[in-house]
Amino acid sequence: MKIRHFVLPALAAALGLASCKKGDDSTINIGEVAALTGGTATFGQSSHNGTQMAVDEINAAGGLLGKQIKLITEDDQSKQGEAGIVAKKLISRSKVSALLGEVASGRSLEMAPIAQAAGVPMISPASTNPKVTEAGDYVFRICFIDPFQGTVMSKFALSKGWKKVAILTDSKQDYSVGLTEFFKKHFTANGGTITGEQSYGSGDKDFKAQLTAIKAGAPDAIFASGYYNEVALIAVQARELGITVPLLGGDGWDSPSLIEVGGKAMEGCYFSNHFSNEDTSPAIQEFVKKYEAKHGAKPDAMAALGYDSAMILFDAIKRAGTVEGKALRDAIAATKDFPGITGKITLDENRNANKPAVILTIKDGKVVYTETIAP
Amino acid sequence: MKRYAPQIALIAVLAVSLGISMMSSQLDAYYLDIALNVGINIILAVSLNLVNGHTGQFSLGHAAFMAVGAYGASIFTLEAADQLIPMLGGPSTFATGVAFLIALLIGGLCAAFCGWLVGMPSLRLRGDYLAIVTLGFNEIVRVILQNTSGDGPFGGPLGLKGIPAHTSFFWVFAIAALCVYGVASMVNSTYGRGFLAVRDDEIAAGSMGINTTRYKVTAFVTGSFFAGLAGGLYAHLRTTISPEGFNFLKSFDIVVIVILGGMGSTAGVVLAAIVLTVLNEFLRDFEQYRMIVFSLLLIVMMIVRPQGLLPSLPFLKRKKA
Amino acid sequence: MEQFLQQLLNGLFQGSIYALIALGYTMVYGVLRFINFAHGDVFMLGAFTALGLHKAFGPALASMPWPVSLILILLASMAICGALGIIIELLAYRPLRNRPRLNVLITAIGVSLFIEYTAQLFFGATQRPFPELIPRTPVASTGGLTISVAQVIVLATTITLLIGLRIVVMKTRMGLAMRALSLNPTASTLMGVNNSVVISFTFGLGSALAAAGGILYASLYPSIEPFMGIQPGLKAFVAAVLGGIGNIPGAALGGLIIGITETLVKGYGQHFGIPSGYSEAVAFVILILILVFKPSGILGKTEREKV
Repeated sequence: MKIRHFVLPALAAALGLASCKKGDDSTINIGEVAALTGGTATFGQSSHNGTQMAVDEINAAGGLLGKQIKLITEDDQSKQGEAGIVAKKLISRSKVSALLGEVASGRSLEMAPIAQAAGVPMISPASTNPKVTEAGDYVFRICFIDPFQGTVMSKFALSKGWKKVAILTDSKQDYSVGLTEFFKKHFTANGGTITGEQSYGSGDKDFKAQLTAIKAGAPDAIFASGYYNEVALIAVQARELGITVPLLGGDGWDSPSLIEVGGKAMEGCYFSNHFSNEDTSPAIQEFVKKYEAKHGAKPDAMAALGYDSAMILFDAIKRAGTVEGKALRDAIAATKDFPGITGKITLDENRNANKPAVILTIKDGKVVYTETIAP
Repeated sequence: MKRYAPQIALIAVLAVSLGISMMSSQLDAYYLDIALNVGINIILAVSLNLVNGHTGQFSLGHAAFMAVGAYGASIFTLEAADQLIPMLGGPSTFATGVAFLIALLIGGLCAAFCGWLVGMPSLRLRGDYLAIVTLGFNEIVRVILQNTSGDGPFGGPLGLKGIPAHTSFFWVFAIAALCVYGVASMVNSTYGRGFLAVRDDEIAAGSMGINTTRYKVTAFVTGSFFAGLAGGLYAHLRTTISPEGFNFLKSFDIVVIVILGGMGSTAGVVLAAIVLTVLNEFLRDFEQYRMIVFSLLLIVMMIVRPQGLLPSLPFLKRKKA
Repeated sequence: MEQFLQQLLNGLFQGSIYALIALGYTMVYGVLRFINFAHGDVFMLGAFTALGLHKAFGPALASMPWPVSLILILLASMAICGALGIIIELLAYRPLRNRPRLNVLITAIGVSLFIEYTAQLFFGATQRPFPELIPRTPVASTGGLTISVAQVIVLATTITLLIGLRIVVMKTRMGLAMRALSLNPTASTLMGVNNSVVISFTFGLGSALAAAGGILYASLYPSIEPFMGIQPGLKAFVAAVLGGIGNIPGAALGGLIIGITETLVKGYGQHFGIPSGYSEAVAFVILILILVFKPSGILGKTEREKV
């Protein structure tokens, strides 16, 4: 028992001392929370690469408000509970003026109340769950939201004449559950029928039971709203069971793994995404070229969104002329028709971006652009 | 004086944590967060130690009880606290404090009930089976929570958000102190010798007239209760919780603290909780190596010093019972 | 009806994978009386070894017909992982002989975590594609039922290994020594059995079986990652307990029961208000039920603890 006499006062002293340190004034500190390791590291690393590229470009062009930008990145290891802690760390230790991140909605939701309480603006590059920006008026996102994405895939399916669709949801992922919900709502309201609804949990490997049940309903297409890891295995097993109809999905499919693992089984499947690196517009092609030169691979949507999130923040800092929380927040909220890589970005009153989605398909082992669907 | 030393220590801790709590707005939010984490981990580790260390059972499902407590407390706060606070005389520090205490207790009792439910049948089993059953229970809790509806009270895979940040230095360390005090005085009492007897030789204990099952269940239910309290504190600290945060890897984290601290040594486990939590935070950049080092430590320790790393320190030497 | 038959087939193949992993679990438990938590991780290492071998000898392997290259990779990985199992036993478990069971259990957890996180350091946390060692073409689709070549191979391998293991344990001198050791370690030493050799052999064999399981599993579900062994490992353990731990045919039976139950819950649970997401918990619910009602398992014998 005795040691507690020493531990607590010592702790108190450490806590007191710690709060006296001052931030560095010669740079503008921007915090980034990303999953650089762990299960969703591919998303985190991509968005981090994009963000870093934007910072390097601004710094090469002389920085902002006469100062250089310093990007401080914290890894949340793809773990629940960590994003909140590192957000606190960035705000109180590194004295960041704004937060960028997270990609995953669940982890953005951990950060959001902390950013809100501290009055530090936060921009999520790719969290599509509607609840993220409901946390408060300092929380923004620059991507479309799940209701829109679900609706887009439903519109697309209907436009292809697929009236009967089966659904396969990852019940462990809020993202997948949300997408399914909005797809179903729009699809059934517009004359489509759902022939069967099945679920699994991420990490599962065997989907034959669900697919056998789905096959019995003879659907025109299967809406698989989960992430690429499982979707690739679902496709392989669907083909083994003799299911030939296309699979449909959302931006969670966007990873090279999808085709590496899924191979031929993915041919002719469609998914919605934020951007296509095949887009011929000069701005996008220049971005693709720069990114490829630096990272040796074509940028995916997460990289483009990471880049855009940083650029929108820098644009707002420029317009605000300060990094003070309230003024910066107002400047971000006033973002209108910003020419981003992922499209023209205008932030609405709910701090969400209204943007078109692109539909991509897999053809000859490559991801190919098919069409754009506007909000 | 000496006779009352534990009680005096308890009161001292309560007073100091209340003091720190009052000035917490002056403190660095991040360091405060680490300190609260330390406290929560102390509760988790000391309560698990009662089961794994003192009673010699091996539970691998402590995070499940933490989850039950976290959800129980949060649901109460989110759904019922607004009705309760006016009854206590409107919004005041006192009213929110009482409402929070009730929420924590509800979480703890839910967890204790689950502990009883799992413990009754499975504590008849031998150590290694119990480990798997509790691990299985951990998975069952997670799967059930994940498969709830997103609009329902449990919030589905996304979990619960917008839980008020009631957890303060005072609450965490008051409960941690009570937990340490409670477990220590329970084990050191005449009645509590039964726990150690069950650990040292269950068959001998049984033949001496000790109701081994009752002792095991008591330890398990008490441990679950405190894990539930820790869960409630955790939920009101992070303000968001989700099922995935309470998977069995979380349980393993707590088990590692208990083993490295020394199973059966309360002081050792408290120290391990402090050291490991702070280390984890400051060695963030070496996260990839963390578990490799810890697992190697577990293996080497079981060969070289199974009694734990810390009890070797002179001031922690346990008196022979 | 056709759909139901297909579901049964799905369950049968899923179950035969669990059975294959459970064989190794149950054999090690039968001889040494402890749960080798790291079994699922050796299973994972088996898959990664095969991936590495396939990369290293890609061109040479590609020139052979697939059954030859499959057998070569299978045997090489089994040998490597078998050796690894012997080393693990030597370094981590041997020093703990005659120590309390709890210490051995903790070491086993430590070994398991060590393998997982070291693998993550080297291979990364993200999924990797596994080469198509067995063609993924359907072998038969009569009356709407489909079976793939990979599934047939898995079933055949499981049956072969089950019979082979039974022969090793019941008919060979080594098997006799294993059974003697399992009954009473002291007495077996007195009878001239070299316990250390027998234990090393058991571990090596168990790890080789795990590696085989890993490769076949990865062939069925071609994406692998460092934590892939946890869930199948746990389920195989449940299968071993269900069949009666230490009992080899019991492990196979347990595997099949779990595989089929899981598949039926996924396929039909919805109609009874059980979402297919719950299938993850099926094995653990079975475990708790079996431990409450018949802890010795279906084919196991009740043992009394002696003082």
